[in-house]
Amino acid sequence: MYNFLPHTAEDRLNMVKAMGLSSETQLFDDIPASLRHGITYKYLQPEGLSELELQERLKQLATQNTAGSYSSFLGGGAYHRFIPSAVNTIASRSEFYTAYTPYQPEVSQGTLQVVYEFQTMIAELTGLDVANASVYDGASAVTEAALMAARITKHSKLLVSKTLHPDYRAVLNTYTEALEALTIDTFDPLKSTVENLIETWPTDDVAAVIIQHPDFLGCLTEAASFNALRAYCDARGALLIVSSDPVSLGVLEPPGRLGADIVVGDIQPLGNNLSFGGPYGGYMATRQKYLRQLPGRLVGRTLDKNNTVCYTLTLQTREQHIRREKATSNICTNQALNVLKATVYMALMGPKGLCEVATLSMQRAHYLASALSKLPGVSLLAPERAFGFEFALSLPAPAEDCLTWMRAQNILGGLSLSAYYPEYPNTLLIATTEVNTDKEITHFIDVFGTWVESFNLSHSKKEASGALKAKETCPS
Amino acid sequence: MTAKVLETPIFEKSNPGARGVSLPVFGLDSTGLNRISDFLPEGLTRKNLSRLPELAQLDTIRHYVRLSQLNHCIDTGFYPLGSCTMKFNPKVCDLYGQLDGFTQLHPLTPESLSQGALEVMYRLQQYLADVSGFDRVTLQPAAGAQGELVGMMMVKAYFKKHQQPERTQVLIPDAAHGTNPASAAMCGFEVIELKSNREGGVDLDELKQKLSPKTAALMLTNPNTLGLFERDILEITRLVHDAGGLMYYDGANLNAVMGQAKPALMGFDVMHINTHKTFATPHGGGGPGSGPVAVNNKLAPFLPKPYADFDGSQYFLNNDLPDSIGKVKAFWGNFEMMARAFTYISAYGSEGLARVSQDAVLNANYLKEKLKTMYHVPYDLTCKHEFVMTSQRQKVTDPHINTMAIVKRLMDFGIHPPTVYFPLIVAECIMIEPTDTESKETLDRFIEVMSEIDRECRETPDVILNAPHTTPIGKVDEVAAARNPDLNYFSAAKAD
Repeated sequence: MYNFLPHTAEDRLNMVKAMGLSSETQLFDDIPASLRHGITYKYLQPEGLSELELQERLKQLATQNTAGSYSSFLGGGAYHRFIPSAVNTIASRSEFYTAYTPYQPEVSQGTLQVVYEFQTMIAELTGLDVANASVYDGASAVTEAALMAARITKHSKLLVSKTLHPDYRAVLNTYTEALEALTIDTFDPLKSTVENLIETWPTDDVAAVIIQHPDFLGCLTEAASFNALRAYCDARGALLIVSSDPVSLGVLEPPGRLGADIVVGDIQPLGNNLSFGGPYGGYMATRQKYLRQLPGRLVGRTLDKNNTVCYTLTLQTREQHIRREKATSNICTNQALNVLKATVYMALMGPKGLCEVATLSMQRAHYLASALSKLPGVSLLAPERAFGFEFALSLPAPAEDCLTWMRAQNILGGLSLSAYYPEYPNTLLIATTEVNTDKEITHFIDVFGTWVESFNLSHSKKEASGALKAKETCPS
Repeated sequence: MTAKVLETPIFEKSNPGARGVSLPVFGLDSTGLNRISDFLPEGLTRKNLSRLPELAQLDTIRHYVRLSQLNHCIDTGFYPLGSCTMKFNPKVCDLYGQLDGFTQLHPLTPESLSQGALEVMYRLQQYLADVSGFDRVTLQPAAGAQGELVGMMMVKAYFKKHQQPERTQVLIPDAAHGTNPASAAMCGFEVIELKSNREGGVDLDELKQKLSPKTAALMLTNPNTLGLFERDILEITRLVHDAGGLMYYDGANLNAVMGQAKPALMGFDVMHINTHKTFATPHGGGGPGSGPVAVNNKLAPFLPKPYADFDGSQYFLNNDLPDSIGKVKAFWGNFEMMARAFTYISAYGSEGLARVSQDAVLNANYLKEKLKTMYHVPYDLTCKHEFVMTSQRQKVTDPHINTMAIVKRLMDFGIHPPTVYFPLIVAECIMIEPTDTESKETLDRFIEVMSEIDRECRETPDVILNAPHTTPIGKVDEVAAARNPDLNYFSAAKAD
């Protein structure tokens, strides 16, 4: 009768009889009649759809997402990257897909060994000792890292870079406001150097300094700045938390070796679909000495009673189902399926493949940035800063105008920064990955060039000088 | 003695120079871009490549396919796992929730180009409001525990807005899920435990005694973790509201009551829903989940932002919520899970969902009636979607036998152990939830297996005590594993 329910009417009848009941409805006699009667629905149809009808309905909805026919330069924390076919072959195996949390190691060695390999791979990328089995996403990883730093240092202030992903900052704010135990100060690395930071916040109550590298604008933190941040944290007993895109760590020196105590980020770029924002997964890595304060599941390698190497969830006494209100976190999930995809992706790529993906993306970004910033009225927002595969471009007019122009030529040209940073109304954030072909890059340059040209032809000198003035507010 | 290895860690299979996939090369004018040092400053590039493994593609595939074969999963066997609702994940939901139009969609795509995804969100919000009886829904929380947290954050915001900062206590029954107190504590609430009555339900006298002007909320799951519907639910919600508190519904057990009773009409103000339980999105070996939160109009102003909305011609993300608690997740939530849950609900319709709950309850009562002849059932009342029993009788035949030993033996019969030692108020607890998607044949076989295990407890207790015997590995000393944790292949040797 209904798609996925196995009982026949006769089965139900036999079961009811076997229980000595006269009717199934007796099983609901414990629910007050006032609740059971007169249940109505506003939106749901009484009848379900057949599988064929479902397929048609879903296909129709999916095709209304017409973005697929555009070449995309959207980034901002989620990246359209190449996913090897083998990733989904493995991830769609029922044995992984429909398994429960591996609380019973005897029948969960597959999931457990995958997570152990994932933890090892993340430790390798970040240059730290231990990684957990993941948390919800990059934003939750940053937030959990901040709470962890507060537990370790017993301090209550967080210094957060303004170029940490705006959504990550928003989530951090939501959590700290609810907890009412931590306060947040932000600093703008485009406006002040790390050395200035030290003078601005001489407080001793700092739990953590949180930066993103490469940051939301694509910019990298120089090695000298890492040194200064490390010194600042050491002088105040604070921890240094760095949020990093994991693909970029294929080529960048691991933040753990540049002084970070906790490195976090989102594993979406490692073989996970964009899927309109999720599910993704947050990774967290730290030093051995902070292990007991690291939240989330951990898988350890050990031996069974027959001396067979095996894997099991471990250090569970930190978790909520044991510690209840005293747990390190209320999180009782990890993004196991996303972790699986990331692990298979990293295994397929290997160290050289991941380095090549990162390098190719950066070559494309630098090629594009160099071509675009030669155009009149166009320049990099932070020309003195090094960047990876994403960059912010100052335009002579609002970024929305540019994006509309490019969309007419089937290009999603990037993100307008004004939604996140009102002080940069004429700024476009552009990301390139290995997926953006040489042809797409060339087409982008051509179409963008026509926009700049049209703008220069149709606008008065007054407006142009206004745009120049806006540019002066950017760092020199 | 050399330890046996089931599947060598992938790092030991590495063959330097081997490649799993090929990548394109940069084909434009690469002047000034040939070397990494041409575009990255000194000191920021890797001094050494990472030690990710290097394997041919087939070797990688074999490694992970063989690992998959070490797992128990729904598609191979039964999971009578109380409070987890391990039901069949319909393939149409998985396949059609992963159409390219969904999976290739960047979260920051202009709204005019993502109308299909926004419509899925908008309609799912409506469907969940319909099922729960609430006014508004957010799909943002990434999992049930985050849904709980969001619910409690909204409770907190509500009392802040209504200038009642003295409401700092959250009442939670001793039988509650462990996430309840953890989520309340993360919002800075003081957790006050409520002792259950003899029937495992809320003790009204205890409740009256603990309610005070400091009460912010009572967190409750109904049916409770013993699988029993709170007969006094209307009285409980009235008492809490009269004391000025709010009612939080833990939706983990929603699979029992769809089409039978709506949580909002029981008197609750806010609830979370686990789509990976009730609406059959896959557990994936431990995640991803998805934990939408439904609220009545009292709490609606505090919902996370944005939510999916419709202006009569276009679907869009609405950020107009001045009293919102803010964002709890980057972007909009676990969209792929939403698409699957939307498909699942569309497959059933409201009558089908009511049938789902009826079958879930029928299956649980059928098992309880059959098993209670062999196993001690402490609350022999009509249950909802799950029930608890214990190993008390089996323990008597051999004092070494306990719940853990009994359920480990189930694995030799291809059945996943039930949830055990939970809820904490029942000693040697075994919590069984068959779900709606198991056939009578599967249930009857489970009864036979449990009967066989009962016989073994009396006749061959060693078989029970040494179980499991046929799984890829035997029992693991988890205490030893935690004493000296080896969490990273490369640093295992130097772990402290």
